[in-house]
This record gives sequence, structure tokens and C-alpha cells, in this order.
Amino acid sequence: MAARITTDDVAHVARLARLELTDEELVLYTEQLAGILAHADDVASLDTAGVPATAHPLPLQNVLRDDVVRPSIDRDEVLAAAPAVEDRRFRVPAILGEAP
Amino acid sequence: MTTAQQIADAVRAGERSASEVLEEHLAVIDEREGDVHAFNLVMRDEARAAAVAVDAGDRTGALAGVPVALKDNLCTRGIPTTCSSRILEGWRPPYDATVVARLAAAGAVFVGKTNLDEFAMGSSTENSAFGPTRNPHDLDRVPGGSSGGSAAAVAAGFAPLALGSDTGGSIRQPAALCGVVGLKPTYGLVSRYGLVAFASSLDQIGPFAATVADAALLLEVIAGHDPLDSTSLDRPLPPLVSGLGDGVEGLRVGVLTELVHAEGIAPDVRRRVEAAAEALADAGAKVDEASVPAASFGLSAYYLIAPAEASSNLARYDGVRYGLRVDAENTAEMNAATRTAGFGPEVKRRIMLGTYALSAGYYDAYYGKAQQVRTLIIRDFAAAYDSFDVLLCPTSPTTAFRLGDKTADPMSMYLNDVCTIPSNLAGDPAISVPFGAGDDGLPVGVQLLGPALSEATLLRTAAVLEGALQ
Repeated sequence: MAARITTDDVAHVARLARLELTDEELVLYTEQLAGILAHADDVASLDTAGVPATAHPLPLQNVLRDDVVRPSIDRDEVLAAAPAVEDRRFRVPAILGEAP
Repeated sequence: MTTAQQIADAVRAGERSASEVLEEHLAVIDEREGDVHAFNLVMRDEARAAAVAVDAGDRTGALAGVPVALKDNLCTRGIPTTCSSRILEGWRPPYDATVVARLAAAGAVFVGKTNLDEFAMGSSTENSAFGPTRNPHDLDRVPGGSSGGSAAAVAAGFAPLALGSDTGGSIRQPAALCGVVGLKPTYGLVSRYGLVAFASSLDQIGPFAATVADAALLLEVIAGHDPLDSTSLDRPLPPLVSGLGDGVEGLRVGVLTELVHAEGIAPDVRRRVEAAAEALADAGAKVDEASVPAASFGLSAYYLIAPAEASSNLARYDGVRYGLRVDAENTAEMNAATRTAGFGPEVKRRIMLGTYALSAGYYDAYYGKAQQVRTLIIRDFAAAYDSFDVLLCPTSPTTAFRLGDKTADPMSMYLNDVCTIPSNLAGDPAISVPFGAGDDGLPVGVQLLGPALSEATLLRTAAVLEGALQ
């Protein structure tokens, strides 16, 4: 059984997931996640020694398509949905902290 | 109510026009949609143009002229696809989902995009950023979720057919609560190309219909191998509609003990399952008790696996390529500001839960363990299917609950899925079919489960239950 999730843990995963939480949200989510994880403890405490993990219901290996050229999604149609575009590319704000 | 099959037959025979059929359904939408809110978008103009094309003989096929509603997490080229999330509000996909293309090729007339819990995360459709859908049987009650809009659209007569997606019960539970038929196919039977991903190893698209035969008809159109989905099964689908009347003589039906007696199953729902077992026995099935011990751990395993996959899948919403962007000084801050403003509380909760379950120090205890439990569930089902052809249990623990009843406590909402989740973890098909009413007079659905690719058996068993009510 894992230790109870703390506000520090939740603040950490929120940062990893690129989510900003208010102080109130941090407390509320910690309480809710603790409740859900408590329910999951019946799984965490189960003896599963030697049982293989299932990541996927189908026993599929690599699936390859024939190496032939075919039309792909229209570039202009894709770019038309973007929040910002420049020179037919996605435009984003500064990445490394330089002036935009 | 006119069935999809009747509409298709009448349009094909020239007895009715597709436009006339469509206008009848639009009239029902005009009358009740204000109360029900099944749709994020009613596609009046597109639907009228499609119906005219059918009437001109330009569009033919098994569903020519049949109105169909699409869950709003299925990509429709040039038509807004929101997943009921602010983060995708106004997004127009540059391509059609394979199921959408197949339905269009079969002549279907799309009437609208249906409401859902944001990114299909929920069991009541209350997690929609655009307001809840209400149950057509009682507007104070939820329609279930996450495909609540699709279930309500069929129940209200807005369309005879609808598509939903089912990750942990999101087709079957709303079907049960709205009194319609809902089927989750075998994983890989229906292409997921163009279905906005929630938990990729669990997600599957499936049909809603008012009758079992219509559900079979719709599934026949959308099923089949698709090279655009690498998890699509490359196997021929057995015919579904033609065997519907074959009955259940000699069929081995197991009443699934662990789920009939699971936490929170209401006595009136349990009585309907017992009545269904009797109806199947009366029809010649051999009914006995069945046990799938690991199914008891399904809910816990699911609420680790599904959020883990979701946390990864939803990383793509970063304000760069499509959807919402909230501007900030640099890209990292823009990503966070966009996601914070664009996602609702339940989506944030699951992203954080999944991130936690996958994080260093907790991976083995949570995600790894849940994946092992998934193996145990698959093994226990396989053992049960040595002795049984079909398993029977409730779909939802209760009839439709009131709006707001379960929104404060996530765990109470999650418990709605206790009977539906095991099939997703196993990748097996399951169907919910209406079987009478609970003590409150609201619909009860019973659920039939079978091994992979047993859809034909599930449908003909469901047809026997449907017939037993009449």
C-alpha cells in the first residue's frame, strides 16, 4: 500500500502535466485523488507475483503498411486550424526566454 | 417509432423521400432539443443537402436516407468537433473519422454532433463544458455518460441511430439509463481513426439504436479492417443482422455473480437481471451462475489505467497546432495557461491521477499492478467462457439519477461503471438492452457479455430479451 498522496505530490504532478492550480484547488484535488487512490489500494495490495502485465487487449506486433506514396491531409487545411501561423509553419512564443 | 431499417427500406423503395424523413426528425428536434440538449451542433444545412443527394439518387447504400447522430468526439471534416471541451471549441478537423466516412458512403444523413462528458470522461454528461444533457424520460435526471447526448438523441426520437464511444461503459451505461440499445464492440472491430483518443487501449466506437436489429445494422456498416488504425482487426466480420432471429436454444448463459452482487447494485435493477435470466431460460437457454473473480478489481484497475493513458493522450493539447491558445511570455507558460483555461475539473483530475500513477516511485505500485490485474481479468473471463457462451449482469447499478447527485464526489460517479469496465479491460464485446423499468418507472438495461468477436451471439440473445418484453 502506497503512502497517502500529499499536496506536494499534487503540485508536482500538476507541474509535470502543465496545469496551474489555485491553493483551494490544490487542497480539493489532493483530497479527491486520495479518495480515488484509497479505492485503488485493493489493487495495489493484491499479490500478483509472476503475473505478466497487459498493456493492450490484442496480441499485435508491429503493423506496417505498404511503402507507397498516398495523399496526406492537406497542409493548408491543417494550418488553418492553428492558433498562429507564420511562413506555413506553426508559430509559438519564445521557447528559451529570448525576446519574442 | 420508425426504425432505421424501416426508413432505409421505404427510401430505397421510393415510398418515402430522405428529405421528408429528415424534416420529421428536425421537427422533433425543434420541439424537444431545448429541454434535452442532446446536441452540441444540429447540422441542419448539411443534413438537408445530404438528404437531397439521397433523393436525387446520388447517395445510395444500406443506410441511405437514415438520420444518424454522431458523438462530438468523432472527427467530421470542416464541421466543429469539440469533445465538449473549451480547449477544442471551434476546431474544424481536416479529416473524417473512418466511421463517419463509412456511414457517409452508406448514405446516412448526419443530423448533428452530440454532447458528452468532456473528452468522454464521466458517467452523466454533466462534465460537458457546454452544459448537461437531460434524460428524455425525466428531465431532472441525467442521461448517463459519457455518450449521454447520443443515448438521449435516440431516446427522444431525434435520430433512430447514433454513434458513441465506450472506454469504461460510455455507450452501455447511457443506453441503459435512456432505455435504448447500446453495444461496445470487440476491441479492434471498429476503426478508431478519427476518434479523439481518451484511453487508447480501451476506447471503442459502437452503435446506439432503439432496437436490437437497428444496432446490428449500424454495426455492420461501421465494422471492419482499416489500415489507418494499427489496432484494427484484420478479420472478416460474421453477419449480424441475418442471424438475429435464431434464438437461444441450448445457449449457455452465466449470471455473473460478482457483478450482480457488486457494491451499490440496487435491488430493483437486480430483479430485472433475474427476470432476464428467467426469460432466457424460458426461451431454451441453459442458465447457471458464473464467476469471474477478478472482475471485482476492474474498477480500481481501470481508474489507474484509463487516467494514465489519458494523461499521455491529452498532452497534445498544448495550444500549438489547434484549438485554444492562451498567450503568455514563453511557450511553456503558454502551454500551461492554455491547458489550465481549456480543461474542466474532471479532465484535470484524471490527467493528474494518471500522471501520478505513471510517476517515478508509484509506477510499479499503481500502473504496473493495474496492468497485471488486467491480465487476471482476461484469464478469469477466458475460464468463464469455457463453460458459458454469454454472461448476464446489470449495465448500471441504478436507474437514472438526478442531476447534481454525484458531481461532488468523483468516486460515487465512478462506481456507475463497475459492471461495464471489465469488458473494456478484457477487450471483449458487451451489449446493454432495455429490460423493463425500476421501482421509479425509469428504464433498466441488462448487460450481455461475450468473448471476442461474439457480437452475433450477443445480438441474437438481446433480440430474445427484446422479444420477451413484447
